[in-house]
Amino acid sequence: MGVKLLLDKAHVPGIRTYDVYRREGGYRSVEKALKEMNPESIVEEVKKSGLRGRGGAGFPAGMKWSFIAKPEGVPRHLVCNADESEPGTFKDRYLMEFLPHLLLEGLIVSSFALGSNDTYIYIRGEYAWITDILEEAIKEAHANGWLGKNILGTGFDCAIHVQRGAGAYICGEETALIESLEGNRGNPRIKPPFPAIQGVWQRPTVVNNVETLASIGPIINMGGDEYAKIGVGRSTGTKLISACGNINKPGVYEIDMTISVEDFIYSDEFCGGIANGKKLKACIPGGSSVPILPANLLLKTAKGETRYMNYESLSDGGFATGSMMGSGGFIVLDEDQCIVKNTYTLARFYRHESCGQCSPCREGTGWMEKILQKIETGKGSMSDIDLLWDIQRKIEGNTICPLGDAAAWPVAAAIRHFRDEFEWHINNPDLSQTSNFGLQHYADPIHVPA
Amino acid sequence: MLCVQSIEKKRFYMSIQFNEQQMTECKRLVARYPEGKQKSALLPVLHLAQESFDGWLSTETMDYVASVLSIEPIEVYEVASFYSMYNLKPVGQFVFEVCQTGPCMISGSDNIITYIQQQLDIKPGETTKDGIFTLKLVECLGACGYAPMMQVGKIYKEHLTKEKVDAIITEYRSQAAAKN
Repeated sequence: MGVKLLLDKAHVPGIRTYDVYRREGGYRSVEKALKEMNPESIVEEVKKSGLRGRGGAGFPAGMKWSFIAKPEGVPRHLVCNADESEPGTFKDRYLMEFLPHLLLEGLIVSSFALGSNDTYIYIRGEYAWITDILEEAIKEAHANGWLGKNILGTGFDCAIHVQRGAGAYICGEETALIESLEGNRGNPRIKPPFPAIQGVWQRPTVVNNVETLASIGPIINMGGDEYAKIGVGRSTGTKLISACGNINKPGVYEIDMTISVEDFIYSDEFCGGIANGKKLKACIPGGSSVPILPANLLLKTAKGETRYMNYESLSDGGFATGSMMGSGGFIVLDEDQCIVKNTYTLARFYRHESCGQCSPCREGTGWMEKILQKIETGKGSMSDIDLLWDIQRKIEGNTICPLGDAAAWPVAAAIRHFRDEFEWHINNPDLSQTSNFGLQHYADPIHVPA
Repeated sequence: MLCVQSIEKKRFYMSIQFNEQQMTECKRLVARYPEGKQKSALLPVLHLAQESFDGWLSTETMDYVASVLSIEPIEVYEVASFYSMYNLKPVGQFVFEVCQTGPCMISGSDNIITYIQQQLDIKPGETTKDGIFTLKLVECLGACGYAPMMQVGKIYKEHLTKEKVDAIITEYRSQAAAKN
């Protein structure tokens, strides 16, 4: 059993309500932060903790906080990014649905540290029932003096508001989220200026993911140094992984980032192995945007070393032979899955979600979808593979926001590691409609150069 | 020209208007933002309008929202057409939004989509003749571990099987019958 900091109380009956949450030791970090600490020392603790943004980019949270501008007389805002929309990711939903007060606790401490008197939770529109859960929790926190005017007699005022989005993946990108919060289309802004200087309503703003903010309470309670001792290297603390696909036990798991990928997939404590006695073919370890890996490269690095569930190990080998921790959306594909079809559905997703601002993304995602559909339906030609490669390369790095990269990487990785499956589809237009390429050599031990 | 516009606007306001309770909710939503930043309430107010006026946003409804928030109608149209949850055409009483993205696909969403189409005898984007059901195919709703799934109104229906789909259709048919 690894350390659990976020989900340790998830199974306590009634933990969603204030009374039970408080009885279980909730809101202690708010007392400590507001009464014994000041904003600077809180930021210092978060820096010491080594906490990295849990939304996908993995940027150090304490450093992000330290960038916030503090011009005289201009209000600052903390915005919680609850627009969880990366395919394969459903961890924030779990946190908010079952432990709403854990998020509020982190939000209040963080608001105090950043000087935000009006803090917003931007939640994806589809999570409508979770909006109700959060509103209820906010009411309870208010009634018990944790929100409102002069909290704990410290003179600090704080209100938390929940705003629902309305169906747009792009609003998970922080500047698109800010646009959406202002009542506009979710078109990402050109940076700089960064939100820490000019964010929502041109005021200094910090946007953090739900899981990042929920981790603040435990960090304040135990101290940044203690938190940093959990995990390994620059992967400190615990991380939520939402596991899905062809596994026996899909769900949200908290890991301390020292566990191997193999143990995570096969142990009964976590995924419980591949469903229906099938074999593992491939995995997208960090949400649909990160490179897909064949079974052999997932479990071992190109150097033949065990791969672990942490930021450094998952990206070992770069994009040539590695992937990324991303958002922690762990998608497992068994031997019966078709990589071409999977890549096609993801390309369709990115075409649908492109905001249309930048030509490489708007046009490129459309072409990738069309070409992949052609190959998938047995109408592809060999030159289509090179064309796909060419298009993804022209999108990557050429757009305002990372959606372009996010759309390009899955296609690039699928071709990089599964090119023979694409070729098989093209060479067997009829057969590929009734059967699939199967496991082939994708789980074979990799050749490690001496 | 101005005169014609204002007459037309007046006509719209007569048919589309929040009742007292809806207006109170609208005011609560607007109050969450700083003075003069009422446009920020546009997304939530559009949700409220869609729920209040037959599940979709007509031009009249959008113009009404613009007037409520003191912004230009174009500012409402461009937002309403950007986000996938706003319906710009009339829909059935219950909208089945079935996820078809990667994780749902590898968990068998194709079969579920085909089955729903057969049972309701409609294609994606269509509404049944009796006006009860609309079928929409959507992209990832964040229920990947509980796939295949669909959303109906505020509710997620997860771990879908053919039997579950049958039960869901029966459930909503009887709800619709009870209403009429």
